[in-house]
This record gives sequence, structure tokens and C-alpha cells, in this order.
Amino acid sequence: MRTTLQNWTLLFGSAVLLAFPAAASAQLSTYDIETRIGAESHVGNVTGHAKDAALPYRRYCVGCHGPLGDGNGENADWFLTPMYQKPRDFQLGVFKCRSTPTGTLPTDQDLFDAITRGFDRSNMPQWNTLSKQERADLVAWVKHYSPRWANEKPGAPIQIPPEPEVTAERIKAGRDVFARVQCWKCHGVQGMANGPSASTLTDDLGRPIAPFNFTEGSRPKCGDTDQDIYRIFMTGLDGTPMPSFADNIKPDEAWDLVFYLRTFMRQHSKEKDLAKGLGLKPVDPNAPAPAASGQQ
Amino acid sequence: MRNRYNFAVALSTVVLLGCGALLLSQNVSAAGEGKIAGTVKLDGTAPHMRGIDMSKDPYCVKAHATDPAHMENVVVGSGGALENVVLYISDWSGPAQPETAELVFDQKNCMYTPHVLAMDVNQKFKVVTSDQTTHNIHPNPNPMTGNIPWNQSQPPGAAPVEKSWKAVEVIPVQCNIHPWMHGWFVVVKGPYATTDASGNYTINNVPPGSYTVTAWQEDLGTQAQKVTVAAGGAGSANFTFKPK
Repeated sequence: MRTTLQNWTLLFGSAVLLAFPAAASAQLSTYDIETRIGAESHVGNVTGHAKDAALPYRRYCVGCHGPLGDGNGENADWFLTPMYQKPRDFQLGVFKCRSTPTGTLPTDQDLFDAITRGFDRSNMPQWNTLSKQERADLVAWVKHYSPRWANEKPGAPIQIPPEPEVTAERIKAGRDVFARVQCWKCHGVQGMANGPSASTLTDDLGRPIAPFNFTEGSRPKCGDTDQDIYRIFMTGLDGTPMPSFADNIKPDEAWDLVFYLRTFMRQHSKEKDLAKGLGLKPVDPNAPAPAASGQQ
Repeated sequence: MRNRYNFAVALSTVVLLGCGALLLSQNVSAAGEGKIAGTVKLDGTAPHMRGIDMSKDPYCVKAHATDPAHMENVVVGSGGALENVVLYISDWSGPAQPETAELVFDQKNCMYTPHVLAMDVNQKFKVVTSDQTTHNIHPNPNPMTGNIPWNQSQPPGAAPVEKSWKAVEVIPVQCNIHPWMHGWFVVVKGPYATTDASGNYTINNVPPGSYTVTAWQEDLGTQAQKVTVAAGGAGSANFTFKPK
């Protein structure tokens, strides 16, 4: 799909080449990238500098992410989709794990957290062994690959209200949200990643991708705290089929959904115990979608 | 180095043309704006548009119980009329278009209506849903152009999503939940039109002058013609595509 898109961009771009030279050049050259070597990052009280990350990047990252940051490192060919996703293309500046709304750049802290946390079910390990300064430098280095940071500011992080007490009512309400916005279309009625649309999913570059399986015991890619799970469905994972639900799930309902999703997970939790007591059945995929609560 | 040079040339051209256009547009308001009209046809047998298996979602199957769904890559009417062809002025250098009609991209019966939505750079459009099933609306532009991909859910009864695009680009849009749902946002600069079911189009608000009109069809490619528009008059450009 991307190749067709690029072909069209080329065709279309040549027609308007004078006005839009950028449209015709899909891949950035080393020269373009080097002009942004002054990129910085600010994580807490640490300032990262891209120019200081050249060596650590070459040592720890280049094998998969590639010298041009496009995810075409020499090891990347061996990552088999859909289970093991290819590395990001940093040149596109599109990232899964953000605290910011869909279609916006992540914050420096988001990128720092991603490097620190690594990605479960992928070849990206945790880099918490690197010093804070080194990680901040690498964040700046990642940013220097994409021209987006020169033209845009990161989005405003979404507001997460304080976590309420887990109750049986909230878990039941979360099940209603799960049914209404139809999470099960991909994730399955029991969170087993076997919904009717699961098998056909592709990422933005047209490569097969699997929805998260809540039941197999692994952690969600963008973190496994309750806040992380809240953030995942409210921001969406850009570059993947996972959309943002920020417009359609109210903050309070979002906590209900987080609690319901916990009941799918293998790890023992208060939510799991409460759900057992309730005897909740999975949502019925053949029932008509429940109407939105209140005005939308 | 070359990119920088290109950019400098492009910038100065844009500035020069912009100045010219300013002068031109001042004349225009006195002279009245013309239009460009014509017909787009397919010369040959219409390609087979295969049917769509919607069995993933019973709601979609039910919506098409009497009217089977099929692909819409090439929609041919009687006499070879080609629908959903976007016509725009590829050498447009005038100002942005005043927003007239509201642009709406509807998700209806698990298909996109219209299948192709043309728009000006920075023109607002609305994505709405008429369906009782959840869609996700996921345009996939190339971020290198300045258009940034986003991905939003629209469950039944969801509020419209209002957006616009920053740069000229042909952007594929899809629903990941219903993988057959595939459409296009065609972002152009200046006046544009999309052909109707009879293959007819009219580009309004064209100041007098000489233009290159380009026709874009998602499978059949692009064609261009030179057209001259007299003050208050109508230019004409008919296009004929050959099946691939």
C-alpha cells in the first residue's frame, strides 16, 4: 500500500513539483538529517544533545534502526511480522507510545520512557542500563531524524483524572463501554486478540500486525500501569490500526474500561476477583451495539 | 545541496506567481470569474469490480442485503461515464478558495460516501458516521509532505471529526475494522471538481487565464490538458481514460 501511495505521491508531486519539492522526495538523505544534529531533548532536569548520541546510537541501536533511522538496520530483515514488528521509521516521526493526542508528536518524556521501558513482544529491549543522560541524548538523536520537530510542537498530553476505587459497578460499566465502542472487533470478546477483524490488520506501512492479546500474560507495548492502559486507548497507537477513543469515551468511563480490561489479564488483580464474584459473561458480538450514554 | 537549490527556486517562483496572482485577482473581481467544464469517459470495457465479502460484520451484511456491495475503484456509468475523477488546476497559483460547500465524508453501510473527497489545502472537512457499527477512520498520508497521519474511532452516534490537510497529496483512507473500506482524500491547491455519475464536472471560480487542468483517477492515473478561460466565460476540457 505504501508503494502505491509513494507512486501516487511521485506522479502527483511531479505535476506540482515547483510548488512542492518535498512531495517528490520520500527518503531523506544523510545531508538532510545532519542539518538537524543540533536537536535537543528535555527530560526532567536533563538536557539531551543529539551530537553526543552518535556513538551510543552506533553501538546500541544502529543494528536494527539503521544508519538513517528508517528502521532498515541489517538485523531488521529477521523480524517476522505480525508477532515481531519492524523497527519504527524515525524519519516519519510517527510514534505508538505517546501521552499526546493522535496525529501529534510525542513529548521528549514519552520517547525517553519508550527507550527505558523497551517493547514487550518485540526485539526492543529495556535500555534502563544506560544513564539518564545517555538516554536523553538518544531521544534527541531520534528526534533529529525527522523534520517534523523543526515544524511542529509536541501535542498537549491528555489529562488523566485520579484513579477511582475499583468497584463491581465500575467493572460492569466498563463491560458496557467495551461493548459500545466495540473493542472486541479486533481484541475479541475475551481479549484473546481473535475478533473478526483481527486477522486482516496491517500497520501504516502495509505490514501485518496483531492486536494485543490480554490473556497471554505479556505486558502492553506502551506500559502496564493503569495509567498506561488509560493512555493507550485514549491516544491511540499512531502507525498501527489502534485508533484514539478520546472523543468517544468520557474520562470516568475510561477508568471503567481500564478495570474491565484488567479482568482479561492473566495476572492476579482485584478486578479479576470482583469479576469472578459478578459472574460476568463476555459481550455478545451479535447484539446490536448499545447506544452511547448521554449526549455525544 | 540540490534540495536547497530546488527549494530556493520553488520559493521564488511561488512568490513571483503569488504577486502575479494578486494582480490578476484584482482584475478578476471586475471581470467576473469563469469556469471549466467537461466530461470524463472511459474508452473500453469497464473493469470488473469484484464483490465485497462483509461477513466479518453482520451489521454490514444486513445493510447490503438487497444491494450487494462491490469495489469502487473504477465506477463507470452509461456511455462510459467515469465517476469519482478529481479535476484540478495543477498550475494554480492564485489564492486559496473561499469555503463554500461543507465537505462531508460519510461512513454509510460500511462504505465511504463519497469514495473520493477532493479538497483544497487547509480546507475543513467533516468525517461522520451513519452506521450502527464502530468504524475507525485512518488516513495514511506520507508525513514527509507535512500531512500527519491520525486514527480515530467512530462508534455509533459519534460526533463528527473535523480536520484539514496542510499539503497537496493524494491520501488513502481506510477503516482497519472493515478492511474493504477504502477511500481517498485528494488534497489540491485551488479550484477543483469531482465528476458525477454522468462523468460531468464543473470547476467554478476560475479567473480568466490559461491553465493546465489535470484529471486524477485512482486506478487509471492522471491526464492533463491546457485550457484557456475568457473573462466570465467557460473553458472546456474532456478527458478519455483507457482501461488498464
